[in-house]
Amino acid sequence: MSNLIKFKIDGTECMAESGKYIVEAAADNGIFIPTLCNMKGVKPKGACRVCTVRINGRLMTSCTTPVTDGMEIESHSEEIEELRKSIVELLFVSGNHFCPACEKSGNCELQALAYLYQMMVPRFPYEFPLKAVDAHSPKIIKDQNRCIFCKRCIKTIKDEEGRSYFAFRNRGHKLEVVLDEEMGNKMDDETAILAMNNCPVGSILFKEKGFDVPIGKRKYDHKPIGSEIKL
Amino acid sequence: MSKKITIEPVTRVEGHGKVTIHIDAQGNIQQSRLHIVEFRGFERFVQGRPYWEAPVLVQRLCGICPVSHHLAAAKALDVIVGAGTGDGLTPTGEKMRRLMHYGQVFQSHSLHFFHLSAPDFLFGIDGDVATRNIIGIALTNPELAVQGVMMRKFGQEIIRATAGKKIHGTGAIPGGINKHLTIDERDEFLKGTDPLNADKMVSWAQGALDFFKGYYLANKDFVDNFSHFPSNHLSLVRKDGALDLYHGVLRAVDSEGKKILHDVDYQEYDKYIEEEVKSWSYMKFPYLKEQGKEKGWYRVGPLARLNTADFIPSPLAQREFEIYKALTHGKPNNHCLLTHYARLIEVLHSAEMIRELLSDPDLLKGDLVIKGQKQKEGVGLIEAPRGTLFHHYRINDHDQIEMANLIVSTTNNNEPMNKAVNIVAKAQMTGQEVITEPMMNAVEVAIRAYDPCLSCATHALGKMPLELTLVGPDDKIIDRKRS
Repeated sequence: MSNLIKFKIDGTECMAESGKYIVEAAADNGIFIPTLCNMKGVKPKGACRVCTVRINGRLMTSCTTPVTDGMEIESHSEEIEELRKSIVELLFVSGNHFCPACEKSGNCELQALAYLYQMMVPRFPYEFPLKAVDAHSPKIIKDQNRCIFCKRCIKTIKDEEGRSYFAFRNRGHKLEVVLDEEMGNKMDDETAILAMNNCPVGSILFKEKGFDVPIGKRKYDHKPIGSEIKL
Repeated sequence: MSKKITIEPVTRVEGHGKVTIHIDAQGNIQQSRLHIVEFRGFERFVQGRPYWEAPVLVQRLCGICPVSHHLAAAKALDVIVGAGTGDGLTPTGEKMRRLMHYGQVFQSHSLHFFHLSAPDFLFGIDGDVATRNIIGIALTNPELAVQGVMMRKFGQEIIRATAGKKIHGTGAIPGGINKHLTIDERDEFLKGTDPLNADKMVSWAQGALDFFKGYYLANKDFVDNFSHFPSNHLSLVRKDGALDLYHGVLRAVDSEGKKILHDVDYQEYDKYIEEEVKSWSYMKFPYLKEQGKEKGWYRVGPLARLNTADFIPSPLAQREFEIYKALTHGKPNNHCLLTHYARLIEVLHSAEMIRELLSDPDLLKGDLVIKGQKQKEGVGLIEAPRGTLFHHYRINDHDQIEMANLIVSTTNNNEPMNKAVNIVAKAQMTGQEVITEPMMNAVEVAIRAYDPCLSCATHALGKMPLELTLVGPDDKIIDRKRS
């Protein structure tokens, strides 16, 4: 109990263990802060910026910032929510996200955030970038059109020796997450399914198993993202 | 002075098209054409996508009959995943798909008859434009309008229960289906609150048929002589010759009823059918190879299906089929406007099939998917509301689609629709000084009988107002009217 500290989110008194990241501390207090790149148990990187909050006038990523005693956090103000919505919109326009034919539709965290923020249509021009679909692995398809560079696959899908199946290639607008060809050829079903499930969007697909979960049974068909956290 | 008349876009049809009619200085029709002028290109952009996405992706061709594309694509992929050529699925897989399809045919035909075509019959093809529409029906015959809306709703609810959504669902997957029907859903459809239950739908379907028969009796000369021309007819039929909208073998008959395509396996459709491209339309012109371009064109859809089928495997529709066939003494019916009659018999058949399927316990339990030896190529055919729909896919070694060919129902009817336009234009406009709105509507009535889905056929973006332009010999616009 001695490690417990007090802090505020949007004026609400909260308590958490000292050193916890804000996004987790908020969840412990029933407050949902959206994330895309963050995964429980994995060292955070603050890549997607969707979890942005304001602390002492500065914008910070709540997945990488530990909570401290007396901290006052602005999370659900109109301005911060608008910022998050803009980030979601930018992710949509910078890739080729065609939800209607995507296997991940209904289970997709990006789509779920778009619904949460009532994104009717992005306010930014679509880039329609030319992206490849890598289908060479016998187990998975890596669709670069949908990748949001969250690194979740790079950080979590590893072999017994700790080597990542996935890695970044190129830089800037040519950046892409690719599957190591040799390791991809040896990937088993369990790893392939884990890779698909850990991908927040539909960029990693387990081969030959599409749309077998009917509409109405998918993760976000009935409850919005974050509803499992909100008290 | 010669004239060129343009009707653009054609109204009360699905999608965007225009008609041009060239009239010479003596007032004779020189040439008339139905043009499809926009393009979407689904066949190209599905290339490279994982094959299991096709049923969900390609159905976006259409918002009216997406289920037909969904199921035709799924049937083609059944072949690719080794689940057989249409009749190899589990009982649950096949029956759920059939229920989905009959729901689709029921709602699409109801939409077409009540919303798009009935105004022409209720108010006459030369009726007041202001009331010759579904709103006019609602004001003058509210009971009929309500039936139209509720029949469509019932069909849409069947689709929702089987595909997950009323429009663009995900139910059919390669090798089967992704869900069962729940007991609550079944009970709601069978014994639900009046009027949304299967018995009421059968009863209303009979009522709609009686309505059209009454119209036909009162206007027999007009109907019999409106855009009547001989043609070949093509459709799937069950192996025993029965009408089957979901699966069967490919049969074609000529205008006298002689079989010219003998119940062949549709996996080899490209042995028998070829498509011609013409410079003035994005819609291709299919024909039977053996008969050639000039004589091999054919009709598809309700009229064609009742000409190719030997009988209908549901009692009430079979009784109506016998009355209908007696009109032409058992020979094929080549009357354009009697397509509506045939369509309403199919509405009744669909309602009966839905009622029968709902009582089948296989919908509630059993294996959903079956797979076998994977193949590289597959063809899926289905009788969509508007006619025979072809989906053909080939995949590469990495499970990506490398070739897709779609021959859509309306594409199959391309030549007949052009013929119909020509005949009606000649009958209505030859020697006329002034082209009136009823004359324009007569051309549209002929097109409308085929219930064309121009968006599907060309993958065009839909837009539906109509414009008619009179052009002089020097290509100067003399007059323009827009509906």
